[in-house]
Amino acid sequence: MATITIDDLRRIFEDVAGADEGVNLDGDIIDTEFAELGYDSIAVLEAVGQIRRDYGISVDEDALAEVHTPRSLLELLHAYSG
Amino acid sequence: MTAPVVTGPVVTRPVVTGPVVTGIGIAAPTGLGTEEHWRATLAGRPSIRRITRFDPAPYPSQLAGEVTGFEPADHLPSRLIPQTDHMTRLALVAAAEALADAEVANGDMPEFDMGVVTAASAGGFEFGQNELEKLWSKGSHHVSAYQSFAWFYAVNTGQISIRHGMRGPSGVVVSDQSGGLDAIAHARRHLRKGTKLVVTGGVDGSICPWGWLGQLASNRLSTSQDLDQAYLPFDTRACGHVAGEGGALLIVEDGEAAAERGARKLYGQISGYAATFDPKPGTGREPALRRAILGALADAGAGPDEVDVVFADAAGLPRLDHEEATAINAVFGPGGVPVTAPKTMTGRLYAGAASLDVATALLAIRDQVIPPTINVSPDPRLALDLVTGEPRSASLRTALVLARGYGGFNSALVVQAVNGQRTK
Repeated sequence: MATITIDDLRRIFEDVAGADEGVNLDGDIIDTEFAELGYDSIAVLEAVGQIRRDYGISVDEDALAEVHTPRSLLELLHAYSG
Repeated sequence: MTAPVVTGPVVTRPVVTGPVVTGIGIAAPTGLGTEEHWRATLAGRPSIRRITRFDPAPYPSQLAGEVTGFEPADHLPSRLIPQTDHMTRLALVAAAEALADAEVANGDMPEFDMGVVTAASAGGFEFGQNELEKLWSKGSHHVSAYQSFAWFYAVNTGQISIRHGMRGPSGVVVSDQSGGLDAIAHARRHLRKGTKLVVTGGVDGSICPWGWLGQLASNRLSTSQDLDQAYLPFDTRACGHVAGEGGALLIVEDGEAAAERGARKLYGQISGYAATFDPKPGTGREPALRRAILGALADAGAGPDEVDVVFADAAGLPRLDHEEATAINAVFGPGGVPVTAPKTMTGRLYAGAASLDVATALLAIRDQVIPPTINVSPDPRLALDLVTGEPRSASLRTALVLARGYGGFNSALVVQAVNGQRTK
């Protein structure tokens, strides 16, 4: 299975939740809080749903409560993709 | 109180107490934007056509008033597009237009001083249908997380509130076609309790197969395929209505608060309102519309002779048209007041209809002209002075807007010019 990367996250978030005006998703965002990127918890849920459909990775939704940055989301996804 | 500081041209007006309309935003089949709508309405331009939002061939009713040429990405940030139904997108565009018209920008006023009250009928049905189709055909993991609110009937209020930073008292009313007036009345209650500004009205629409089935169940939709004869209120050929989408949102402010911030446009004041509920069918008791009209006039402190024009509900079914004409004639006398139904151009917009009529009435007062009712040859037995064919110049200070909702709702709202000019 392909390993999901920050670039995949950029593409998926933009596809399913759009991109906030004034936010540069192409910048160094791996440790930027989703809220600062313009993504609320529903946007994160929407992206996780898309990842489940595209990559077959399903994560415990309760664990998402602790996910606030792209890095922590990637770590969670990698933990569940084993 | 110190005099307000006004930038730009200084307009001397008496400060109005009570609610005033300081901004208008319109998304309607007649046009996207207030002036486009108004030009088309004065021109009597029909916008009912065969449905394009889905294939209507299998359905008995195939015409609608659609908002055409609307590209969401041209008007809204990409963050809002995946999470909104078509009618919410239209509402967001109308709200932004209304706020710009009132010259209120995000952050200009404290967020808890501004509220949002909209009317709705179905909610975001097209969005909801798409997600339910995914649920049935692919499973729950294919349903968008945005379904949690995108199909909810309160969604327009929520999205406008979030986008424009309005955290004051807010809500939604659901009373079919009456809702557009009931929302404005509810906004007025919030102003009385101290809220400074409310975005109010309705933008509606569920022209999708799921929404269509619900509307067909009312048995009130016209099955005519003839664009000019499908919706003929107050005509002997009346055969039901055509549905449409869109509506209008208004910026309603307390008159003193509007003066204090130097609001430059005062379209009019919301002077009176009443709502009644029809008696149980079959009891033989009088329908309650007449009482709604009298209640709204009493609330406005206006007599019937002060009303210069009536914007009719115009159900388009013989029994309902007769009820409405009877109520109007009982208050104003047969042919005693000009009556118009510009919704003959757009179809009935459900929760969006009556606030669009209020917006149109305010524009009529601004320009001293009554927009026409199109296609209709008035049934002489109804004894209405229906303004047909061409717009009619008139001295307009006071307009009465009527709306009746499926299930027995009646609402009446009086709007009046602010400047007190009346030459009649």
